[in-house]
Amino acid sequence: MKPAPFDYVAPATVDEACSVLADAGGGATVLAGGQTLLPLLNLRMSQPFIIVDINKVAELKGIARVEGCTRIGPMTRQCEVIASEVLARDLPVLMQAVGHVGHHQTRNRGTIGGSIALGEPAAELPATAVALDATIEVRSTRGTRHIAAGEFYLGPYVNALEADELVTGISFPEWPKGHITLFREVARRPGDFALVGMVGAVSVEGGKIVRAGLAWFGMGPTPIRAKAAEQMLLGQTLDAIDPQAVAERAVAGTAPFDDHHASAEYRRTVGTRIFARTLREAVQIGEPA
Amino acid sequence: MSRHRIEMTINSRPHAGDVEARVSLSDFLRDDAGYTGVHIGCEHGVCGACTVIVDGKAVRSCLMLAVQADGAQVTTAEGLAAPDGTLHPVQQVMLDEHALQCGFCTPGVVMTLAALTNDDKKPSEAQLLAALSGHICRCTGYQGIRRAAKKLAGAAGGKS
Repeated sequence: MKPAPFDYVAPATVDEACSVLADAGGGATVLAGGQTLLPLLNLRMSQPFIIVDINKVAELKGIARVEGCTRIGPMTRQCEVIASEVLARDLPVLMQAVGHVGHHQTRNRGTIGGSIALGEPAAELPATAVALDATIEVRSTRGTRHIAAGEFYLGPYVNALEADELVTGISFPEWPKGHITLFREVARRPGDFALVGMVGAVSVEGGKIVRAGLAWFGMGPTPIRAKAAEQMLLGQTLDAIDPQAVAERAVAGTAPFDDHHASAEYRRTVGTRIFARTLREAVQIGEPA
Repeated sequence: MSRHRIEMTINSRPHAGDVEARVSLSDFLRDDAGYTGVHIGCEHGVCGACTVIVDGKAVRSCLMLAVQADGAQVTTAEGLAAPDGTLHPVQQVMLDEHALQCGFCTPGVVMTLAALTNDDKKPSEAQLLAALSGHICRCTGYQGIRRAAKKLAGAAGGKS
């Protein structure tokens, strides 16, 4: 199918984009990489009056170190994250996650900000932002505000953005060198949304876990932070961890649903297993005999 | 409903058009510019048949508006072979390995492999096979395409 008619504007600056969004009074949709929006337009599931294409806004691109954080411009393409040596060193788990987003061809257009703003519950990047305590910077003609990723997602495809607001940056707090990364998902085919997945990081100091950030995707209406599991890990030595017990605690906080891909029960069962296995492998304590 | 005057370079030739904002790059390439080697399958980014090279990268032309390609360098399957008919290295290896049957998905597959191997990029076999996950082929069972990709790994590519 073909999209319903719409007007198209391609502002060159964030200010311009924000004033178009403000004037549109909710009738505008922002076009980032378009790898989800274009299908929705083609299927006429989305019929905006105005498309605001932010691909020409140079200030929304790029990766920088800002005040102890890695700040990623929302229009940084997923393929640019994969190619970034800075991110390979500073945010390795984000690299792992991005490698599972769509396909090579869609990652050439798809953006970090687009995926994070969309908030598909089974997507990798929103959960990564939640697990790593990212902050989402948003702007409108009314000003700038910062939203913690943990408070950004309200439901499937529903986020804390007002209709006139634009995501202008995603900041990931620094993790110490040598921290442990965790990522695993189960999907029917490469590039599909996950049936269930988990992502996070753990850092160890003086033999004990001092920091842990873990989240689920595909396990409820939003990405779900595994707070209780993090609490179990904090203060532990790596060899004292019982991955199965941590995984069971983590899955208790989820709210998976039945759909035509998998049942909630399947998601809980497989979720517990991948959580335990990923944790076990990550801390290198090996399979129990 | 806005209309836009756009200009792009398609297969090394300049092409200008006047399009509605909602026209996809795939429809523009086929209907306005006449490059029907761009095959449109699903129109929502799943099948990969419409893959073309935009500014050096393989992208889904159904997931880009024509107006977004204003000023871009676009290559379609028609732009791969040399003017004297010599096949592009990717086309030749696809032929040698019987990597196509009906040919519907083929232009997309070829464009992905060409984008990854052009300009002597020398991708690994794993990179090429991973990129093929973005294409659906209903005839071949993929084995011929896999063989073609394996042969291309580390081999000299074409020029973009």
